[in-house]
Amino acid sequence: MEMDPAAITTPKIKTENLNFFYGGFHALKNINLNVHEMQVTALIGPSGCGKSTLIRLFNRMSDMTPKTRAEGKIMFEGGNIFDAKTDLVKLRRNIGMVFQKPNPFPKTIFQNISYGPEIQGCKDKDFIYHRVEESLKKAALWDDVKTRLHSSALGMSGGQQQRLCIARALAVEPKVILFDEPCASLDPISTAKIEELILELKKNYTILIVTHNMQQASRVSDYTAFMYLGNLIEFGQTDRVFTVPKDKKTEEYLSGVFG
Amino acid sequence: MKNKIIQACGFALLSACMIITALFLAGIIYFIAVNGRQALSWQFLTAPPLNGMSAGGVAPAIVGTFYLTMGSVIFALPLGVGCAVYLQEYSAGGRMSDIIRVAVNNLAGVPSVVFGLFGLGIFVKFLGFGVSILSGSLTLGILILPGIISASQEALLAVPVSFKEASLAIGATKWQTIKRIILPCALPGILTGVILGIGRAAGETAPILFTAAAFYKRGYPNSLFSEVMALPYHIYALMTEGVNPEKQTAIAYGCALILVAMVALMSSLAIFIRNKYRSAYGNGPRRNYNA
Amino acid sequence: MNSLKERLIKYAFTAMGYLSLLLLFGIMAVLFIESRPAVKELNILNFLFGPQWRPARTPAEYGILPLIAGSLSVSFGAISICVPLGAGAALYLNELAGETQRRVLKPVIEILAGIPSIIFGFFGLVAVAPFLQETFNLPVGVCLFTASIVLGIMTIPAITTICEDALSFVPRSFKEASFAMGANRWQTLTKVTIPAAGSGICTAIILGIGRLMGETMSVLMVAGGAAVIPKSIFSPVRPMTAAIAAEMGEAARGSMHYSALFLIGLVLFLITLALNILSEHISKKYRLKLGQGR
Repeated sequence: MEMDPAAITTPKIKTENLNFFYGGFHALKNINLNVHEMQVTALIGPSGCGKSTLIRLFNRMSDMTPKTRAEGKIMFEGGNIFDAKTDLVKLRRNIGMVFQKPNPFPKTIFQNISYGPEIQGCKDKDFIYHRVEESLKKAALWDDVKTRLHSSALGMSGGQQQRLCIARALAVEPKVILFDEPCASLDPISTAKIEELILELKKNYTILIVTHNMQQASRVSDYTAFMYLGNLIEFGQTDRVFTVPKDKKTEEYLSGVFG
Repeated sequence: MKNKIIQACGFALLSACMIITALFLAGIIYFIAVNGRQALSWQFLTAPPLNGMSAGGVAPAIVGTFYLTMGSVIFALPLGVGCAVYLQEYSAGGRMSDIIRVAVNNLAGVPSVVFGLFGLGIFVKFLGFGVSILSGSLTLGILILPGIISASQEALLAVPVSFKEASLAIGATKWQTIKRIILPCALPGILTGVILGIGRAAGETAPILFTAAAFYKRGYPNSLFSEVMALPYHIYALMTEGVNPEKQTAIAYGCALILVAMVALMSSLAIFIRNKYRSAYGNGPRRNYNA
Repeated sequence: MNSLKERLIKYAFTAMGYLSLLLLFGIMAVLFIESRPAVKELNILNFLFGPQWRPARTPAEYGILPLIAGSLSVSFGAISICVPLGAGAALYLNELAGETQRRVLKPVIEILAGIPSIIFGFFGLVAVAPFLQETFNLPVGVCLFTASIVLGIMTIPAITTICEDALSFVPRSFKEASFAMGANRWQTLTKVTIPAAGSGICTAIILGIGRLMGETMSVLMVAGGAAVIPKSIFSPVRPMTAAIAAEMGEAARGSMHYSALFLIGLVLFLITLALNILSEHISKKYRLKLGQGR
């Protein structure tokens, strides 16, 4: 696999010979990927290619699945996240995640956001209130919900719920945000809003997004990684990957030969 | 044509089963309600027994049942929820959790009189608590423990994994996630289990026969180590001991009515809570049939 | 510091998990320890198959065959009442009852399943026994027959609930396939639904037997209490549970009688344990059969 010259900058996250197994199934094979700071990196590929598996490794959500095993390294801020001494709590505060289906807690809108700061031990009410407001503003949700902060989050529309989940992730001030097919269950209008939001967020955050929507990848990402059957087939700047793919598989996938 | 006749007969048979069942059970409840109502009065509920059980009220038995039931819940609730949390959150999928699961299931099938023997052997004799509220409460607590464990476990299982993931992904610790997200979501289900447990503990007689119950006790219990009167045991005692069977039977009707009403109320409450929250996150826990 | 707290919490929960395991073993241990004098003194075969239970006599005789016979006869008598009625009612609920009926009947049956056994014993004593005594002109109203009826009625709601559960597990597609072949509802019920739920219903019966064997208060009150092997359905009997409950009060602590009662408890415990394991085994297989195993 070849790197674009432009891709060789200081990466925020870097995987080194990463392999991952579900029991006997070899789900990720020798992945070497750089995630660049303040950029959006999209992971694309047909379903089952390992892109969701990969993204769940960056904050070690993969630990929740029993009988799995990872080999190789994921370097983040100078350390390998698989090290025994890695503090998972700290890691996950630095690397936030937004899931495929909006999953707000069955609490009020306010409580959903304040949860993050509160579990960090923050007791200052004013501080928390400001953090909530700020997070909701960043997620472009403040104007929609400022009058009903104390009503249940479950009463919101799907798109709003997903933006709430983004705001919830922002409230703990992560450096990286992982999006695992964030628009998979949303309508086109909500999807457009989320995409807009991602473009806005990249000014301050490093973003990694899994999507099986190629148009979405081309709209929001700076870098694209194409995966197939657990292999990282091609990685490069999005424009380049979409216009002149180097690998035949990538070209076939992008032109819809399989998917 | 023949098929139709067979079907009609078959369905008639099934309806008959339902009707007979309903009649039997409705009949029993009606019988107890009608006869028990005559005994009920304010005095019956608030006064102690008089004249060697042939007059007066059953207040000490009501109070005793209350103590025993509360005691059993105080013991079984934390332990049961804790065990369920361990099984569901800390050891899920592990070998140990399978073993414990089997043990809990089997514990649920142990006859209540055997719990009584256990209580007698351990609490009354070995630990020296004597025949007392404490021994009886602990024994009843162990009796309702499997029900509370399985109700809590089902309630925990019904909490969507996505909530847990969301919480962990923000950087919450496991305990924070359990305390602030999982347990609150599972609360209605746990509560259902606890209420059913209360109903069960209130009505059980065999486990307290040798561990707590007294036929007649002057005044109200004043310490954890007192013997107590209890409603279900009182019914038994009224029917099998004493010298004035006729008057005692009338009192027993009253006790039976109170007990049935109490237990039915508890079950209804549990079913109500379960139905109300069932839609929220899947199905609530079911009664533990084994118990 | 945070992780230390997390670890401590984990240990606390683990301890609570193990405690329930410990309880099961604790029950066994207590039964074993307390019954040891009896096991030592009495030959276990003579104990199990001895035809005389006369603990108050001198010399005392500790043969629990009459008690086992009492337990078995009452259980099977009750089973023959509660299984047809309970399963029939479950089929009615599953197949014939409309949505409204089901919404009312299911919770009512569940509530009835929670009525304590002392209530049924009491009812048996004040209503069923005198009624049967008069109707069949019996010398005593409390006997095997009365106990079977009272326990049978008492266990119907539990049997109904478990059977209904088993029936509701039968996939819709099974029924639809049958209807699509032109079978009517009764044929579908007898040829498809009942066989598919068969082992679930089996589980219900086994659990029912276990429950009946362990039932104490109602048999104590209505079975008659005579520790003899029943000669007819109108004989009074003394099931194992009733023997424990009735005699423990009189048995001096530490005496042979006391220890023998614990040994009965152990026998009872082992029987119900075996039935429980059996039913679990069947229901596990059943789930696999319907493709719902994990």
